[in-house]
Amino acid sequence: MSVTYLEAIREAQAKLLREDDRVFIYGQDIAGKFGGAFKATKGLAEQFPGRVLNTPISEDAMVGTAIGAAMEGMRPIVEMQFADFSSIALNQILNNAGTQFWRTQTPCPITVRLPSGGTKGSGPFHSQSMEGIYSHYPGLVVLTPATVEDAYTMLIDAVAIDDPVIYCEHKYLYYHLKADALPTEKLPIGKARVVRPGRDLSIVTNSAMVHEALAVAQQFSAEGIEIEVVDLRSVKPLDTDTVLASVARTGRLLCVGEAFPWGGVTAEVIARVASEGFHLLDAAPARINAKDTPIPYHPNLWSEHRPNAKTIAAKARQVLQE
Amino acid sequence: MAKSEMLQTAERGASISKKAPHEKYLEAFRIMLQTRIFEEKLASLYRGGLITGGVYLGKGQEAVSVACGIFLQKGDVFAPLIRDQAGRSAFGEPLIDVARTYLGSRSGPMRGRDGNIHRGCPKAGQLAMISHLGAMVSVVVGKLMAKRMKGEKGFIGLTTIGEGGMQTGATHEGMNIAAVEHVPLVMVATNNHYAYSTPNDRQFACADLVDRAKGYGYEGSSVDGTDLAQCLEVIGAAVKRARAGRPPQLVVTSTLRLAGHGEHDDASYVTEDIRREPFAKDALQRTEQFILEHELLDRAGLQQIRAEITAEVDEAVSTAQQEDAPVGSEEDWCAVSTRALADRPSLAE
Repeated sequence: MSVTYLEAIREAQAKLLREDDRVFIYGQDIAGKFGGAFKATKGLAEQFPGRVLNTPISEDAMVGTAIGAAMEGMRPIVEMQFADFSSIALNQILNNAGTQFWRTQTPCPITVRLPSGGTKGSGPFHSQSMEGIYSHYPGLVVLTPATVEDAYTMLIDAVAIDDPVIYCEHKYLYYHLKADALPTEKLPIGKARVVRPGRDLSIVTNSAMVHEALAVAQQFSAEGIEIEVVDLRSVKPLDTDTVLASVARTGRLLCVGEAFPWGGVTAEVIARVASEGFHLLDAAPARINAKDTPIPYHPNLWSEHRPNAKTIAAKARQVLQE
Repeated sequence: MAKSEMLQTAERGASISKKAPHEKYLEAFRIMLQTRIFEEKLASLYRGGLITGGVYLGKGQEAVSVACGIFLQKGDVFAPLIRDQAGRSAFGEPLIDVARTYLGSRSGPMRGRDGNIHRGCPKAGQLAMISHLGAMVSVVVGKLMAKRMKGEKGFIGLTTIGEGGMQTGATHEGMNIAAVEHVPLVMVATNNHYAYSTPNDRQFACADLVDRAKGYGYEGSSVDGTDLAQCLEVIGAAVKRARAGRPPQLVVTSTLRLAGHGEHDDASYVTEDIRREPFAKDALQRTEQFILEHELLDRAGLQQIRAEITAEVDEAVSTAQQEDAPVGSEEDWCAVSTRALADRPSLAE
């Protein structure tokens, strides 16, 4: 038996619906036999009648409704059809969900699933990585699972958290990642994971870029250069300790992110390391992100727009040579 | 709210000889009067520099607002907006909560973290509005869906909006999803003819906002917002229909905002012509006049109620004024309820 990243998300939701009456799923095209644009809820509406509900094309109201239900004691999961469309719901997520506990002491335990990141041919409006925007605002927990195991355990944990959680699932990983079975152990939310130990350079990254970084690390290993790869897992809270410990081992830092380059996760990691771990660095910290243009449609352009094994390797070499 | 002896006597009297036009008429009037006296106090505190931020009055809209709150019961949901002091009080918000929030007491429901009309008590069914108009509509829908999922019965939700707020995307999405989900929602839209400074001809181009009810699958009704008896009648009937499982209700009321958008605003853009319109009448004055003309209370009775309310308001304000303000060094600066998941980079400390 093997399980894909997408199946892990579906299984996590099935478990949540089975074990917790407070859980319901709310989103576009997720019910009936259809089961969602990516089939992340396939079969669940039939298995759990009345708890997997199709919504109108109303991202703002989908999240607003989830907020109300969460404040009333439910544990709604909102599926955005694509992360990109969650921009319509920014107001509800940032200003209503994100401020609710601070203002009224009423927990707002919604989980918003964002099918994120680029795939070939998806273009400017079906490819975005929005974890940086959500992390910028207070009151939210922002997760970016990069493995089948994390996709499963972090979604279950997300729903248990009393705060609004933005769960960024990477669409490229849906079918490309497979594990032998669903996990029986987990790392807690808020902890980063060293996915490959190394000595010469730390690559700190998240989501699908973890796999690009691992490919680069593998390639450098053949030359006797050992790259340590840190998967942030949770963008907010950010596990600064694990990052600093890695930089303490290697003395060099490269941050890799699929999001746009201005600000964001890579900038935040570098800011923290520069201000708290400057003495640990043997070279200037570097970062590589997508280009500062909308995400292109054509595969030739798209593969150059996002960081890839080639551009990451070139950047890594620069940092190593400094 | 402690009902005055005078009012109880008056109600008894009214029910026997001089019949009030609605069973809640005098109770509603008292809340309207309390709102006016309290808001005048807030305005004067603001002018004296004792309130930081804004002060937003419901002057002219007390009849509509009180009718929004007075039919709600425990278990109902109320999402008021900025001119709903009367409705908030009618649904049970204590005056001290208002005074504490405006005056920035750390003991208030918002503890200095939010102010003025952005207050609420979700546990008691009163949601705390955010400033983005229309955002609360779908939140009420979610509360109602959750109540239904939990097996509760007999509840409704009521939210208010203005003719300006009716034009946001969030209002549209929220109104539509309420109908799609068949929740017992009453939406009371008050056309007070100015959204801040902008008159209706730059807000909407339809003949009457109530015409939208049909488009959303709502039942629509209209009411003169300056007439308390009618407001109680029409909004009360809408609440009853929602409770009985009818589709969502849209009630459109017409008034004039008899103050600025906030107390910082002199409303000099309100034209003389519009001030002469029938909807520009002061609902509170009309109610008082009616009460006197129909001898529901005499002048001495009115005076006594006024004195009682003034004492209540003064007490709330002086209590809040004596309380400590929040202190930054004692604030926990943690926006998430799961403290272990707070992101605290040492660079921010």
